[in-house]
Amino acid sequence: MAQDPTALALVLGGDATLYAIVQLSLMVSLAATALAALVGLPLGAYIALVQFPGRPFVIVVMNAFMGLPPVVVGLAVYLLLSRSGPLGFLGILFTPRAMIIAQALLVMPIIAALTRQTIEDLWVEYRDELTAMRVGPFARILTLIWDARFSLVTALLAGFGRAAAEVGTVMIVGGNIDGFTRTMTTAIALETSKGDLALAMGLGIVLIALIIVVNAAAWGIRRVGELRAG
Amino acid sequence: MRAPTSELPILFEDVGVDAKDVRILSEVTLALRAGAPTVLIGPNGSGKTTVLRLAMGLLAPSGGRITWCGRDRTDGRRLAMVSQRPVMLRRSTFANVTYALGAAGVAWARRNDRAEELLARVGLSNQAARPARRLSGGEQQRLALARALARDPEVLCLDEPTASLDPANTKAVEEIVTAIAASGVKVLMATHDLGQARRLAGNVVLLVGGRICEQAPAPQFFSSPATPEAAAFMRGDLVI
Repeated sequence: MAQDPTALALVLGGDATLYAIVQLSLMVSLAATALAALVGLPLGAYIALVQFPGRPFVIVVMNAFMGLPPVVVGLAVYLLLSRSGPLGFLGILFTPRAMIIAQALLVMPIIAALTRQTIEDLWVEYRDELTAMRVGPFARILTLIWDARFSLVTALLAGFGRAAAEVGTVMIVGGNIDGFTRTMTTAIALETSKGDLALAMGLGIVLIALIIVVNAAAWGIRRVGELRAG
Repeated sequence: MRAPTSELPILFEDVGVDAKDVRILSEVTLALRAGAPTVLIGPNGSGKTTVLRLAMGLLAPSGGRITWCGRDRTDGRRLAMVSQRPVMLRRSTFANVTYALGAAGVAWARRNDRAEELLARVGLSNQAARPARRLSGGEQQRLALARALARDPEVLCLDEPTASLDPANTKAVEEIVTAIAASGVKVLMATHDLGQARRLAGNVVLLVGGRICEQAPAPQFFSSPATPEAAAFMRGDLVI
């Protein structure tokens, strides 16, 4: 492990290349998680609360999509955004925007599926009360999302973890362009293949630290929430 | 703003309810009019909660007819219900009431003042900031009453509101219920606590096995029960 001190030096010394990659990775994964949450939270809550034909099938598919292979998502987004694809006119392939869209598609089923389960459980508890209060369907969804907010942090965290740790999707739609679309995971893969283990390990350290910090923050938010809201 | 429509009288005409081929309520004919509380008594499973849910318009009868002031439907605007174990929203005591006020259509600007009034009415002003789920059982029941009052109800349905409370908390809840009834709200309450029925009822309805065995003004019911089931229930015998 002769490379360790160099990796640590890169991390502790504030290496500009390393932190540019970290910054881009964070930006892409956070934006993707936010975008996925925007769709996944209400979608999960809707499926939890509304009965419609084919609902069990939708739930099965949504649960199955939690394990979507990243390369397949990357390929699908690549085909959509490539010059000859239906969304090629947007001209965003090999940009961070494409990476955000691809990661959001990857993460959205996770957030939606976990939200559905959380909201469904809470609905069992709240049903009689909200029905007696004559709360309408839209207000029910908002109420349940709000009251489950501290539990839903876990869903968002799972989504963020998936986005931050995946390689295949961003590699395909981002192209791993130095200084533009290179994320922590694609950089680790590339630098390892080149034999530059210091940068790869430095990024690995930051990635693991990041996941620990995000988990700790989520735990803290949940704990404070439980103390304050019961 | 549209004037609130009246819900009373609520008339049950030969109402029955089936659930998965099981008859849970049969031939219930009942008139709920403004005035003293009507108390439904009877053993567990006798259909008390079903009657409350029917009166609230939360359940459709399988047979017979229910009318609210002559209408076949209710929008439930002036009907409120408190269950045996009310669920507290994961918010503060105060926010639970403002939520109920919002659900009742009270304007945003009036909610805080109204919530303070309602919490004062049920003696929970000093608990306003506490998470509702951390209140004691008795306090939660009082908060549920405050939430129900947020609808400014004409009819308040109470489903065994003191079933899991100690005597002190039962007394506190009963005093609030008495005050609510005195303010002109029609109280329809289910209980299997005969003592509570004696203390609160203006009219008593005895349900056994999904049927009304007897209904009468409270003094008459308790002094001279007309049916063997009512007499047995008051003796403390097991009525099934």
